[in-house]
Amino acid sequence: MQTRKLVVIGNGMVGQRFLEELVAMNQNFQITVFCEEPCPAYDRVQLSSWFSGATDEDLALTDLAFFERHSIRLITGEAAATIDRDQRRVTGNKGTVVDYDALVLATGSYPFVPPIPGHDREACFVYRTLDDLRQIKAAAEGCRRGVVIGGGLLGLEAAKALKDLGLTTDVIEFAPQLMAVQLDTRGGQLLREKIEALGVNVHTSTATQCIEAGDTARHRLVFAEGELETDMVVFSAGIRPQDKLARDCGLTIGERGGVVIDDHCMTSDPAIFAIGEVALWQSRIFGLVAPGYDMARKLAGHLCGQGEPFSGADMSTKLKLLGVEVGSIGDAHGKTEGSRVCVVEDSIKGFYKKLVINQDATRLLGAVLVGDTSDYDMLLQYALNGLDLPESPVSLILPSDNKPVLGVDALPAQAQICSCNNVSKGALCQAIENGCTTIGALKTETRASATCGGCATLVKQVLDAELKRRGVEVNDHICEHFAYSRQGLYHLIRVNKIRSFDELLETHGTGRGCDICKPAVASILASCWNDYVLDPKHVGLQDTNDNFLANLQKDGSYSVVPRIPGGEITPEKLLVLGQVAQKYDLYTKITGGQRVDLFGARVEQLPLIWRDLVDAGFESGHAYGKALRTVKSCVGSTWCRYGVQDSVSMAIYVEERYRGLRSPHKLKMAVSGCTRECAEAQSKDVGVIATEKGWNLYVCGNGGMRPRHAELFASDLDDETLIRYIDRFLMFYIRTADRLQRTSVWRDNLEGGLEYLQDVIINDSLGIAAELETQMQGVIDTYVCEWKRTIEDPVALQRFRPFLNDDNPDEQIVYVRERGQKRPARAEEKDKVELVEVV
Amino acid sequence: MSQQMEAAAVQRSDWFDIADLDQIVPGTGAAARLGKEQVAIFNTRDGIFAVQNHDPFSGANVLSRGIVGDIGGRLVVASPVYKQHFCLRSGECLEDGSVRLQTFAVTVRDSRVWIAAGE
Ligand SMILES: Cc1cc2nc3c(=O)[nH]c(=O)nc-3n(C[C@H](O)[C@H](O)[C@H](O)COP(=O)(O)OP(=O)(O)OC[C@H]3O[C@@H](n4cnc5c(N)ncnc54)[C@H](O)[C@@H]3O)c2cc1C
Ligand code: SF4
Repeated sequence: MQTRKLVVIGNGMVGQRFLEELVAMNQNFQITVFCEEPCPAYDRVQLSSWFSGATDEDLALTDLAFFERHSIRLITGEAAATIDRDQRRVTGNKGTVVDYDALVLATGSYPFVPPIPGHDREACFVYRTLDDLRQIKAAAEGCRRGVVIGGGLLGLEAAKALKDLGLTTDVIEFAPQLMAVQLDTRGGQLLREKIEALGVNVHTSTATQCIEAGDTARHRLVFAEGELETDMVVFSAGIRPQDKLARDCGLTIGERGGVVIDDHCMTSDPAIFAIGEVALWQSRIFGLVAPGYDMARKLAGHLCGQGEPFSGADMSTKLKLLGVEVGSIGDAHGKTEGSRVCVVEDSIKGFYKKLVINQDATRLLGAVLVGDTSDYDMLLQYALNGLDLPESPVSLILPSDNKPVLGVDALPAQAQICSCNNVSKGALCQAIENGCTTIGALKTETRASATCGGCATLVKQVLDAELKRRGVEVNDHICEHFAYSRQGLYHLIRVNKIRSFDELLETHGTGRGCDICKPAVASILASCWNDYVLDPKHVGLQDTNDNFLANLQKDGSYSVVPRIPGGEITPEKLLVLGQVAQKYDLYTKITGGQRVDLFGARVEQLPLIWRDLVDAGFESGHAYGKALRTVKSCVGSTWCRYGVQDSVSMAIYVEERYRGLRSPHKLKMAVSGCTRECAEAQSKDVGVIATEKGWNLYVCGNGGMRPRHAELFASDLDDETLIRYIDRFLMFYIRTADRLQRTSVWRDNLEGGLEYLQDVIINDSLGIAAELETQMQGVIDTYVCEWKRTIEDPVALQRFRPFLNDDNPDEQIVYVRERGQKRPARAEEKDKVELVEVV
Repeated sequence: MSQQMEAAAVQRSDWFDIADLDQIVPGTGAAARLGKEQVAIFNTRDGIFAVQNHDPFSGANVLSRGIVGDIGGRLVVASPVYKQHFCLRSGECLEDGSVRLQTFAVTVRDSRVWIAAGE
């Protein structure tokens, strides 16, 4: 194949998807990409989550490694300025010149700013890029009031952002209703009521005539009737295709903008193609990402000689705006001739649902849902696949427990499950056939539910149904001994006040137990009753490390980690650590959690070492347990020039409060003294970051193999509220997580996500907050240092003998020296040094 | 304290007195010496079992510290290092049929545990 030069202008969502589709094919292009924004593609659909804590990295759809790997030249921060179609040459606005054989325009669209006088005053913004959001956030600091001009989908998203930034928020809409494209009049009305109830003021049928200097605020908006003062304006009055380049070089442009394309995304110049929001297909612009992705896939195929045409796209949407669920499917306005409607409205529960049905009531043409979108997925399947409606179509939207269920089995193989990435039920089944038997694997393989996530429930249903059909039993039983999940066991133990494994096994299990259920039950028993873990009735349940209250290393020796709360230690105690390490010849290393790890202790040495440590005032650090590990801290306001709160005192308080708390997996925390975040709190299960007004609480972060940024859970908390939320959060996690499930994975599997979690913890939506707090208090009140107790318990100490019938240590634990300390001898070293180096 | 044993004294099917049974907490294991060898002895509801203490996968002498239980009806101990399961009766590794631990005959006389050296 001959190498052809391909230039792509724009590295937004669609441009990036196009590159991915193309490199996945066996192509032979030399690719150059002009990317006007300072960073490569990010997830614009999730843009608003930036305000609730998602970082630039979280939103990133790609990274520089991708471009390197595929030898794609990426030019960031430079816009293409002109296209010379005769020379087939693109010139950038910083002078870069690139020739092409084929050119792809993926320039997206730009927000339309109505040319009213004053639109260019300061603190007037649009809402499209990360940069826009940064400006809005920075400006919000000095503002009290904000106005969004435009009451469409994006406008309402912007309104939520302003409200979350703490501004009094108004939405100005020119049309008589909100979301006029997607909703009918009644739906728009209900949406408005709901949004107003949340404290956002809505003004419909209102045209802004000019923006001028205000008296009580920065600006004054002048309307035909009345006026409004505000400090900030965000324009969201629609989008326009970014077609200037195409216009300038004479490509055919639609009457109202957009580069005209055919079914192969080809423009009026056969060497130039357009995809995404800039493209105009059959006089239509598609302002959603899914159709753009479809164009990207079709064009990549076309360029590689596989000619599947683009054939339009479904524009149905489901979203949550300011916490109000809204869905719109197909012909929402009932424009199809002869169509009929079914409406269900409940002004007490606050929902409105409308079906648009064909004349003989057999097919669903469209729907509007406000206040409750639980039927959306099912309705969409009816509409997209032309499924036969039940005899009484209204039953589909009636709030009843026994409404007709559309089993996923009823869906044809071509039914589209994930519209963002065009994944059909058939494709999912194929992937399952090929071995993807978990949601994670399925998502990676097919991309289903990887963009907006709206179809996650359906994907799960398809997976479950398919596995069941194949005879794979889908259960969440912890192991063969208990037909319960960890959550189920927790419940049994708590409710029936079960205090030992044998009791649980007798009443609810079978067989003898194993290394899966025993440690899991031991952990639950510890979380519930906080009994001594080396009690004879518990000791046989403990996992490797809990077994001897130390961390087993590969040679059979142990490491010892005393607790150093908040990482603060007196010189005297630090010296003790050194002395103990010296006395027992322990390899010494500083950990990432601001503690000291002492390696190479034999079983029988552990009680001796701990005798010395306890005498010096140290306590167990629980490094061996699925329990609270460390609370890392920075020096905070006490020493640091930037600190705004005393992060060390808070960290020590938190560490001492939760020390010894057993949980489904290890727990790590950190407290930073200001937003510079030197303690890396956002990579912890619980992260606390000081603000001028108090503390921001982050949850469910994770370092390690699969890093995950913690999410902002609540802001500006006082000490007491912060602790209360952490109490509830931890106990809720302990109650509901699976065995060995870190908070990050637990959170990703929580239906309802962060909002649900906030509801449970902050608003006490399940009515269990008081109970969670009491349980936590119970654990805190019964804390004893396990090591202190062990060295005083002659029965427990018996187990620390090396052999039942001999007190001489295991001679096969052998060390050699390296960099002034010992380390385990390798197999080939052992034979040689055994005689000289036994310690 | 129990007697120490000289390797030379160990002969096929000689029985050795190891320890009081109540020194092994029910449901757990403990290590003992048998001449040059190390044995892991388990005190389970289904009886007393003994296998080599040496974990063939990690090379460490740690099997006595594993969790005991049953898998598919077979009594097992799980290695505390890499978690393979070994049948307490036959010594067979459930994950890798080519690996088999040495097993030892055990008996309890007058509340003391005795182990037979050799096969
Ligand atoms: C806040 C918000 C929420 C949204 N929510 C949803 C949703 O829930 N569901 C949904 O389906 N869609 C949603 N969208 C729409 C979705 O983001 C777009 O459909 C999608 O991004 C279109 O992709 P694109 O690549 O065509 O354009 P873009 O993603 O806009 O990318 C175009 C890129 O090209 C660059 N560019 C332009 N001109 C040049 C030039 N001359 N040289 C170099 N680069 C250039 C631009 O800077 C931009 O980076 C939302 C959009 C926003 C702003
Ligand atoms: S997080 Fe802030 S207070 Fe803490 S050390 Fe860093 S700059 Fe100082």
